[in-house]
Amino acid sequence: MKDPAERGLRESATFDRATIAAIQHAARTGVYDIRGWGAKRAVPHFDDLLVLGASMSRYPLEGYRERCDTDVVLGDRHATRPLHLDIPVTIAGMSFGALSAQAKEALGRGASEVGTSTTTGDGGMTDEERGESKTLVYQLLPSRYGMDPDHLRAADAIEVVLGQGAKPGGGGMLLGQKISDRVAEMRTLPPGIDQRSACRHPDWTGPDDLTIKIGELREITDWEKPIYVKVGATRTYYDVKLAVAAGADVVVVDGMQGGTAATQEVFIEHVGIPILAAIPQAAQALRELGVHRKVQLIVSGGIRTGADVAKALALGADAVAIGTAALIALGDNDPKYAEEYEALGSGAGYYDDFQDGRDPAGITTQDPELAARLDPVEAGHRLANYLRVLTMEAQTLARACGKAHVQHLEPEDLVALTVESAAMARVPLAGTSWIPGAGR
Amino acid sequence: MAALSRAEAEERAPQPLTVDLAEVGVRALNAELHAPTASSYEVLNPHGAHSLAVGVHDEIDVRVRGHAGYFCAGMNQLGRIVVDGSAGNGVAENMMSGSVRVRGDASQAAGATGRGGLLVVEGRASMRCGISMKGIDIVVGGDIGAMGAFMAQAGRLVVCGDAGDGLGDSIYEARLYVRGRTGTLGADCVEKPVRDEHLAELRELLTAAGLDHDPTEFRRFGSARGLYHFTTEHSGSY
Repeated sequence: MKDPAERGLRESATFDRATIAAIQHAARTGVYDIRGWGAKRAVPHFDDLLVLGASMSRYPLEGYRERCDTDVVLGDRHATRPLHLDIPVTIAGMSFGALSAQAKEALGRGASEVGTSTTTGDGGMTDEERGESKTLVYQLLPSRYGMDPDHLRAADAIEVVLGQGAKPGGGGMLLGQKISDRVAEMRTLPPGIDQRSACRHPDWTGPDDLTIKIGELREITDWEKPIYVKVGATRTYYDVKLAVAAGADVVVVDGMQGGTAATQEVFIEHVGIPILAAIPQAAQALRELGVHRKVQLIVSGGIRTGADVAKALALGADAVAIGTAALIALGDNDPKYAEEYEALGSGAGYYDDFQDGRDPAGITTQDPELAARLDPVEAGHRLANYLRVLTMEAQTLARACGKAHVQHLEPEDLVALTVESAAMARVPLAGTSWIPGAGR
Repeated sequence: MAALSRAEAEERAPQPLTVDLAEVGVRALNAELHAPTASSYEVLNPHGAHSLAVGVHDEIDVRVRGHAGYFCAGMNQLGRIVVDGSAGNGVAENMMSGSVRVRGDASQAAGATGRGGLLVVEGRASMRCGISMKGIDIVVGGDIGAMGAFMAQAGRLVVCGDAGDGLGDSIYEARLYVRGRTGTLGADCVEKPVRDEHLAELRELLTAAGLDHDPTEFRRFGSARGLYHFTTEHSGSY
């Protein structure tokens, strides 16, 4: 059959084929689409920024010869045991339940191999991830599934999760096919039910209460652990100010491209703002409070390359977190499973049905046979390789800008390719001194 | 040998170690309770301070002589904690084991997400009592406010007075007993028959709480289990 375009047929920009298919699916099943991954629509992103390497007016550092450090300290505002990471790329929170135990172990192995942290998720801490994670951040989520004070004390830091980029204002979701006996026991739920996590914390409301809650967590852990506050990127300027006022040591901002194991498509694609727009707001809030680089800023949501890392740091972040990219490094969407992805109605490179538990790569599943396909040692090593590449790429760009530490990158090292990205990132449009919206 | 009478036992027991919050801060109190040098403590002048006796993880007795603020006895493990007054938000939140007794009233989210142990509120409890409870037992001598046992997963909530609107909304497998009136029931919460095993566990819980109500005066509520799986046909139920 000839290509429709060659036959002179025009596809509607408003009702494109994916939209038509979604309407047909809704009409046929009466069910809205729930899926994993993050926003798939095109939004202004780090690709819309360019780095200004040194030339006459700046002095570059020699690649492969001169040092460009990458270490970062997180949580030294109040905690007596802040984290010291070798690289500014961390692993974002992903739950056991959403991921197999093998995947969680692999994340811990990979992160530990390169001296960075990994993070628990909605569902508690497993022995596998604690055992294999040199530095483990323990999340306190609205659901409090598996929340255990022994795990609080065993963690290296605590992350109070108010939201995530894929679904700011929404709670977690884990469909029945992934509620295995072990997951059910950890979450105190009947096996096989569709689990709905709360979107609000059960025992506090608002920033004043959060201050008290953070105080309680510090008391329980004897003021040793850094306390992070994580928000989905929406009203970032205000959220960051309130998080700092509440006593956070570290603020985590997750942009709309941030991934999820399962959420409504309408949520993923239509709620929140791109991380590019959120970082300058967060940095502004921290600067105005006089705590930039004192309360550390971790950003996430669509970090893929060392260029993304460098640009995020230049805009004011202290570190980044990766989730989707980490799963890809483990083996998610691997072409070697192409036939199996197609049998599931998807394809290698497109697979996002993390909610249904049939992941051929053994990552987003609780099926013991599928999960056994993932070798935690090999997958962990692949993740470590990827993290090294991200770090070396970021160093390459930082040296080109004459920086002896990746954290020395600054907004002045960036320009934007589009008016939109210039306005969001608050850097000049390339070749001009124009920052749309500056001063407003 | 005959057991000692309570008076004799109290007389022979070592005096509790006194921590006066007019002299030291909450940090000093919790640091002591996390590495206890005594088996029994008396906390003076709490004046509604937050985070009193949080993170206790030893079999110790703590008596707070006055009102407590937010999160008193939070995440308690093994400790036996008594508040001789009222308690603020989230008393005994996420308790794992042990017991907490509030002689007065409790504010919102009493026993929130608790996974074990026994919380007794001798007075009344405010909204969201037992929210997301995961195995804790809660006995309230008086009334509870709206949205009690919201998303309650496991454990037992006994209300000797009335329960406000929205009781047991989106409840999972927790069991609720109410002696007085109930307002509207929350989504998927229904009244269920009281069988002999329920009377037995009620009797046990009331005895543990030191209350002598007749278990047959209580009604039982739990999940209809109708919302355990997503379908848009339920959209009007939430």
